[in-house]
Amino acid sequence: MLTKRIIPCLDVKDNRVVKGVNFLNLRDAGDAVELGARYSDEGADELVFLDITATIRSKKTIVELVERVAQKVFIPFTVGGGISSADEIGLLLRSGADKCSINTAAVANPALLTESAQRFGAQCVVLAIDARRSATHDGHWQVCVKAGSQPTDLDVVEWAMKAEKLGAGEILLTSMDTDGTQSGYDIELTRSVAEAVGIPVIASGGAGTLESLAEVLEKGKADAVLAASIFHYGTYTIKQTKDYLKHRGIPVRPID
Amino acid sequence: MLVIIDYGVGNVRSVINAFRYIGSHITVSCDPAVIRKTRGLILPGVGASGYAMHRLSPIADVIREQADSGKPLIGICVGFQLLFDQTHEMGTHRCLGLIKGEVVAIPQDLGLAIPHMGWNYVEIPSEMRLMQGLVPGRHFAFANSFYAQVSDPAAKTASAEYGVSITAAIEKGNIFGCQFHPEKSGADGLHVLRNFVKICHQELPPC
Repeated sequence: MLTKRIIPCLDVKDNRVVKGVNFLNLRDAGDAVELGARYSDEGADELVFLDITATIRSKKTIVELVERVAQKVFIPFTVGGGISSADEIGLLLRSGADKCSINTAAVANPALLTESAQRFGAQCVVLAIDARRSATHDGHWQVCVKAGSQPTDLDVVEWAMKAEKLGAGEILLTSMDTDGTQSGYDIELTRSVAEAVGIPVIASGGAGTLESLAEVLEKGKADAVLAASIFHYGTYTIKQTKDYLKHRGIPVRPID
Repeated sequence: MLVIIDYGVGNVRSVINAFRYIGSHITVSCDPAVIRKTRGLILPGVGASGYAMHRLSPIADVIREQADSGKPLIGICVGFQLLFDQTHEMGTHRCLGLIKGEVVAIPQDLGLAIPHMGWNYVEIPSEMRLMQGLVPGRHFAFANSFYAQVSDPAAKTASAEYGVSITAAIEKGNIFGCQFHPEKSGADGLHVLRNFVKICHQELPPC
């Protein structure tokens, strides 16, 4: 049986892990490589590193970070933030990343998903979607780009379906409405996307209580949950999280 | 010394890192002279298996020759898929033919997400040397949309249930393979790689 994945997310700025509330107000949460290795030891199933600065200068830094992580961490990890070409993906994969997440560049150039999937395999192409609940259309969400700062005309569910056809192997779905609030994932958003596509969906944004993680896996039909604050600030350990989910009857990889 | 065969397909870095981490002496090459000199071969690979076989074709005969000579060989993920007779990913392509079987798509109508992504429980038969020392109930990290259907009575297999029975690991004499990523499956994955290194050092006299 395939287990549901618990994925700590590390937002990285200058090799430090930071975590914002609704994409702003950054707080320091430690060294990225050390924290990643610690989560791996504690039983995390995967890691996501997001370069939140995504500048030319930070691209060199993120490659070095990926190299250092890959020497210490022996579970799958994804890297994202400002990736704009298949060549950059190639470099990050060669440096030791297992998957790359693309967001803004895929919206601007959807063919990037196809090119990347053909060159490296769909399994390493993660489409990241920042979703904001539509103010005008009930039950619809709008795709936002540039770290959530710029709304587009794209509908989240339609974009997810199109991206799957183009070659995305997984969707990292962040609710901007709930991100950083610890008020629970957007279950309706997650379920809408998970039911529309055949590729795995990682729910992100709003992890709070352990109940909220269970809910998005059960009712939201997510394949994996991503969380940052609840792990970085020690609200729950990975073990507590897995024990709780197991108790709820959700399949998780046991921790020794 | 073991060699990781670098034929330009995907991420060999993680495989290198994992072998270095467990203290194994490895080199990275696709030079037939180097491949012939080492005690064991590691064939990694990610992406589409048809394309991978195309990339491997210039040295396929050397790998077959070395495998036939009894030298231990382990295929990982797409490298594992290349051990079989043929793959049906993006057309039908002949592979190394070291183990009887073929690589086919995981059916899409099972209501399960494809790719098969994440940690899956693996049923391990006790007689596999590659999986020796692992207590039951282990999970390994997968990332694949295709899987091997094995028809070789001489091969021992470990399996993972995902709507269909996915061949998770295999061994037949000196030929070994994992569909999962041992280099990404935490302590248990590193244990599998240590087993392979041990086998390499048992199989042949010092070179």
